[in-house]
Amino acid sequence: MDSVIISRILTAMTLGFHIIFATIGVGMPLMFMVAEGLGIRKKDIKYITMARRWSKGFTITVAVGVVTGTIIGLQLSLLWPTFMQLGGQVIALPLFMETFAFFFEAIFLSIYLYTWDRFKNPWMHWLLNIPIVIGSTLSALFITSVNSFMNTPAGFELKNGHLVNIDPIQAMFNPSFLVRSFHVIATGGMTIAFVLASIAAVKLMRNKFKEDKSYHQLALKLTMIIGLIFSILTIVAGDVSAKFLHHEQPEKLAAMEWHFDTSDNANLILFGVLDEKTQEIKGALELPGLLSFLADSSTSTVVKGLNDIKADERPPLIVHYFFDLMVIFGMLSFAISIIYLIALKFKPLWIEKSWLLYLVALTGPMSMLAIEFGWFLAEMGRQPWLLRGFLKVVDGATHADGVSLTLVAFGILYIILGFSCSYVLIRLFKDRSATKDMMQYEGGQS
Amino acid sequence: MDYQHIGILVLWTFLFGYIIVGAIDFGAGFFMLYAHLTKKEHVINNVISRYLNPVWEVTNVFLVFFFVGIVGFFPDTAYYFGSTLLIPGSVALILLTIRGSFYAFETYGKDSKTAWKFLYGVTGLLIPAAFSTVLTISEGKFITKNAHGVILDWVELLMSPYAWSVVLLSIVSVLFISSAFLTVYAQKAKDTEAYRLLRNWYLIWALPMLIICQFVFLSLRQHNRSHFEVATGQYWWVFGLSIVFFIIALLMYYFEKYLSIAFIFVLLQFAFAFYGYGISKLPYIIYPYVNIDKSVVNESMAFSLVIVFILGLLLLIPSLILLLRLFVFDADYVKGKKK
Repeated sequence: MDSVIISRILTAMTLGFHIIFATIGVGMPLMFMVAEGLGIRKKDIKYITMARRWSKGFTITVAVGVVTGTIIGLQLSLLWPTFMQLGGQVIALPLFMETFAFFFEAIFLSIYLYTWDRFKNPWMHWLLNIPIVIGSTLSALFITSVNSFMNTPAGFELKNGHLVNIDPIQAMFNPSFLVRSFHVIATGGMTIAFVLASIAAVKLMRNKFKEDKSYHQLALKLTMIIGLIFSILTIVAGDVSAKFLHHEQPEKLAAMEWHFDTSDNANLILFGVLDEKTQEIKGALELPGLLSFLADSSTSTVVKGLNDIKADERPPLIVHYFFDLMVIFGMLSFAISIIYLIALKFKPLWIEKSWLLYLVALTGPMSMLAIEFGWFLAEMGRQPWLLRGFLKVVDGATHADGVSLTLVAFGILYIILGFSCSYVLIRLFKDRSATKDMMQYEGGQS
Repeated sequence: MDYQHIGILVLWTFLFGYIIVGAIDFGAGFFMLYAHLTKKEHVINNVISRYLNPVWEVTNVFLVFFFVGIVGFFPDTAYYFGSTLLIPGSVALILLTIRGSFYAFETYGKDSKTAWKFLYGVTGLLIPAAFSTVLTISEGKFITKNAHGVILDWVELLMSPYAWSVVLLSIVSVLFISSAFLTVYAQKAKDTEAYRLLRNWYLIWALPMLIICQFVFLSLRQHNRSHFEVATGQYWWVFGLSIVFFIIALLMYYFEKYLSIAFIFVLLQFAFAFYGYGISKLPYIIYPYVNIDKSVVNESMAFSLVIVFILGLLLLIPSLILLLRLFVFDADYVKGKKK
């Protein structure tokens, strides 16, 4: 294998692993902010316990998120030196701001975790959530800006192989910045709400500590409501993204939908298998005109097809499967949250049924997988470009020796980290009932 | 001041910050392991974990700040360092990852494992060694440029006395700075036993510290004559002051007088040596390929980076002070009366 392929695999591996923790990092602070706020307002120790237990588990994932984030930060220069030399002129600002946001979050998270019992007025401690949420959201926004820049570069000119006349602000707020940030934040909130819901559902099914039942049910209710709100936002974000791609990155939309010939009344294709040579699609569910409608709210919209894009600038067609999986998993989670909330309101007997708990338990893993597939789609959909329209992936990779060695080393590292992180997290809550924690926190001990 | 000088000053300051907080952190990890193996754990564990718990995450950000900043201000460094540092960089990253995550697993998790402590303690000494390669490479001779890109000469690097003396310097500095700080911290905590032990460690590491610094100078003379000459010709007084501060601090620790001030002298000792090294190296970041006057990022970007930096500091400094006041400088917390 050549170093381009290995560099791509290694980058994909690091990011694929990092985004699990990054997603938790985006959504989790908001979750314990809400729980703690409810707890103080309603004077309900259950919510406070929720916030404390969530933030305790969060520390473990933050550690892995921080170190894997450090890895990808440096790996960008190590694996793609040419890109960083060229793009460094333009992406420096959002990258720099990301570290500030992260710094800010790290400081207040440290304070938050160690000052539960320091303040007389509990709202003082709650206020610490604000800088944490601001920090985590801003760092997600800035880093998304860097990635958006690679998809839709803006704010510079190319002269003799150098980027000149740079406008940092225009580069940072490049065309895809808003759409993609919205998508990242919405799915982050949705995923983490569903992950916490899954945990509550599994705990209810296991029923190891009988006294914890009402605690977990309360957690389930809260997370399902937040999950539903964020999934609605996610659907809106998805719709905006489709319209955006139609206007700015038609080749990605065409590859996602196996749309070969430019036409109006374009079909939306679900599932199916493609014969790449004959461009024939088998076994697909075709929804007439829907792609045109999604692209610009009218079935008569003309959608650009892949055949009108230069052969060496077409994204790989495999992205269609990632698109399908992302949408299906997201939609299923959304549907399950509706079913659960309907049951909660109208069929209270259902909420203890194991079929419903099973369904709820699926939402967390499904949304996390949807995140992964979404990123595969987004990143592979911009192939063959590293900096779309300016630098191809093959020209950006390192020539250093030992890339395959590092691939193996990091692969082993992520396996070990993944296992030990799950092990520690499971052990942390396995033999410890929430009720016991609750009694302790009520007594003012931590 | 030009943008390139503001840029390099900012970056150098953050690197200095990382070296200090990182050294305290790395050394503490190693001392913890050492105490565990020699069954003196009960003596110093409280002091160390009380300090480390709230600040370890912040330490890491100093590093991220540095390498993001250097690529931002001087994009050419991404190309040269990036192309040549794949192996040492990856090694450092893997060690850093192991250390950071297993620290969290050990501290916040339910179980405590000797293996985790071991990983945590040993990586603390290897990380500075791996990172010191960056400084070594930046002195030139180890990298060459050809049609395909830049290449690192491994054999040359591994055989170089200069490279090894820098590695040794980084390890000794870690143990030296860390024991100096923790001595003060233990005294504040009124933990006499820990204080005695840590002070002894500090005094033990003082002599190797002095010797290794001379080695670095001597081998630099061999390795990069012009840098050595600027350092000893123009900036000899900076290094001279560094030694003076070293001696003052050592005497204060020895006679156990005003230890908080003594630690400031330790900081001054390192600051003078570090800035002296940096300024005598200019205008090169990577000799002779990256010259700060020629490779600074374009003007509009440099301007916005400086603005963001100032705004960022306005946000960071008060937050950092808050963090320090709540934990490191809070007498009750340090003594263990507060959780």
